[in-house]
Amino acid sequence: MSYLVGQDMTGGYGGADILHSCNVSVEKGQIAVVVGPNGAGKSTAMKAMFGMLNLREGRVTLNGEDITGLKPQERVLKGMGFVPQNNNVFTSMTVEENLEMGAFIRRDDISQTMEQVFALFPILAEKRRQPAGELSGGQRQQVAVGRALMTKPDVLMLDEPTAGVSPIVMDELFDRIIEVAKTGIAVLMVEQNARQALEIADQGFVLVQGRNAYTDSGKALLANPEVRKAFLGG
Amino acid sequence: MVDFLNALVLLGNFVLVPGLAYGSQLALGALGVTLIYGILRFSNLAHGETMAFGAMITILVTYVLQANGVSIHPLPTALLAIPIGILGAVLLCLAIDRLVYRYYRRQRSASSIYLIVSIGVMLITGGLIRFIVGPGDRKFTDGERFIIKARAFKEMTGLNEGLAIKTTQGVTVIAAFVVVALVFWFLNKTRTGKAMRAFSDNEDLALLSGINPDRVVMIAWIMTGALATIAGVLYGLDKSFKPFTYMQLLLPIFAAAIVGGVGNPIGAIVGGFVVAFSELIITFAYRKVFMYVLPENMEPSGMVQLLSTDYKFAVSFVILVIVLLVKPTGIFSGKSL
Repeated sequence: MSYLVGQDMTGGYGGADILHSCNVSVEKGQIAVVVGPNGAGKSTAMKAMFGMLNLREGRVTLNGEDITGLKPQERVLKGMGFVPQNNNVFTSMTVEENLEMGAFIRRDDISQTMEQVFALFPILAEKRRQPAGELSGGQRQQVAVGRALMTKPDVLMLDEPTAGVSPIVMDELFDRIIEVAKTGIAVLMVEQNARQALEIADQGFVLVQGRNAYTDSGKALLANPEVRKAFLGG
Repeated sequence: MVDFLNALVLLGNFVLVPGLAYGSQLALGALGVTLIYGILRFSNLAHGETMAFGAMITILVTYVLQANGVSIHPLPTALLAIPIGILGAVLLCLAIDRLVYRYYRRQRSASSIYLIVSIGVMLITGGLIRFIVGPGDRKFTDGERFIIKARAFKEMTGLNEGLAIKTTQGVTVIAAFVVVALVFWFLNKTRTGKAMRAFSDNEDLALLSGINPDRVVMIAWIMTGALATIAGVLYGLDKSFKPFTYMQLLLPIFAAAIVGGVGNPIGAIVGGFVVAFSELIITFAYRKVFMYVLPENMEPSGMVQLLSTDYKFAVSFVILVIVLLVKPTGIFSGKSL
């Protein structure tokens, strides 16, 4: 049993179901990537695992414990960190304040965690007194990831972290995400840049219309001719 | 040279000093409006009545204190009563939030619905206030009337024009400065204050960060009640307390909040002074100033007054319209309305 598991997830935002018995899981210290065409329910699957929509069927477990009924805030307390795709920083607040807010639920000393985040993203240390809204897209994403890491989560969930950033910045972000996973955190991310994401993925989930189409290791999916033809442009 | 100084003193006496006092009162009022807009995301039209309610409680307590011979001469007794006034206004705000706004929050109502609801709250609170103290004018200022009297100033400087500073004006400016400093310290330095800014900036992300929305809303009301009471009492001390004037104050207060950029605390302060000084500068009769600075035969025959003081509310209106047309987010780029 993996650390975080979404099992037979079925549900949507109220109307018709978007997910149809969808399975996604991730192991500690590994990177799992959810890819698929537009409207495949990738982000929805992610949100379902974070409790942002109600599942009609199926369940979500964290370290064996059923967390299907918990609210997102309660999942944060259980050690899950989530980086939304949009509006994922406090634009009017400084980088440092963003990180402080990330650690809001913690009552202990957060300075060490903040130093770790600054070590991971050195540019943020330089800009710590600058409002996050004044940073570039790539730097903002670093703030967003840093904010989520401030709770010292066991699971980090990223919704299209590389949306709208340049290829160079994307590579750099992926490098950082690998580093995060190496510290023993389970990383689950949804990605548009399927090829690059699968290259760093330990586990890949290809969703089509809310269903699991292919599930395999990142490497195997990249090597799979059908997947290549249908989703990776040959 | 002496004429020039006389002209400056004249402006100081009729524009600068009253402008600073009135601007401080508007700034405190606008700060409360902006706070509610930032946290609960609606324009709270009942804010004027919250000011009147806090001021009313303060006045009633002041009467009790005065009757018992309590005094902090030369300062007005009302300053002692303010904490109880604040308590009353805060309880009112929390009760209204619990009984009225919370329901609409749960419904996730649009901000225009909140706005209309706040009109209802305004009318009911206004009725309650007039029921308790009546609609009449009340003076509750005591203590020393002036810090500097006009005549003393003339004797001191030998100028023709006197500069008078009322105690209430001095108290207003100092109190506003202290309160604003406290609010900014709270918002920028404390954990709870930062959480409020975070909530105002990005509600969803604040929720993801584990910030408790009920607590943030509660603190916003507590701060608003306190700010409204202080603004209301200072205004009442400076002018007089009449329930209807507080409803009229709503316009310059909203103009101030919007000019500065609604949702932005610094904007509220700057906006308060912009509106106050615009009102005074445009409604001031400059005849005497010109008499001092122009050669004798060029004296103006009229009052040289751009607008009669009866039209001072028009100034706020015009400012409001210009800002909404030219820069809807205000000087400091608050949230767009």
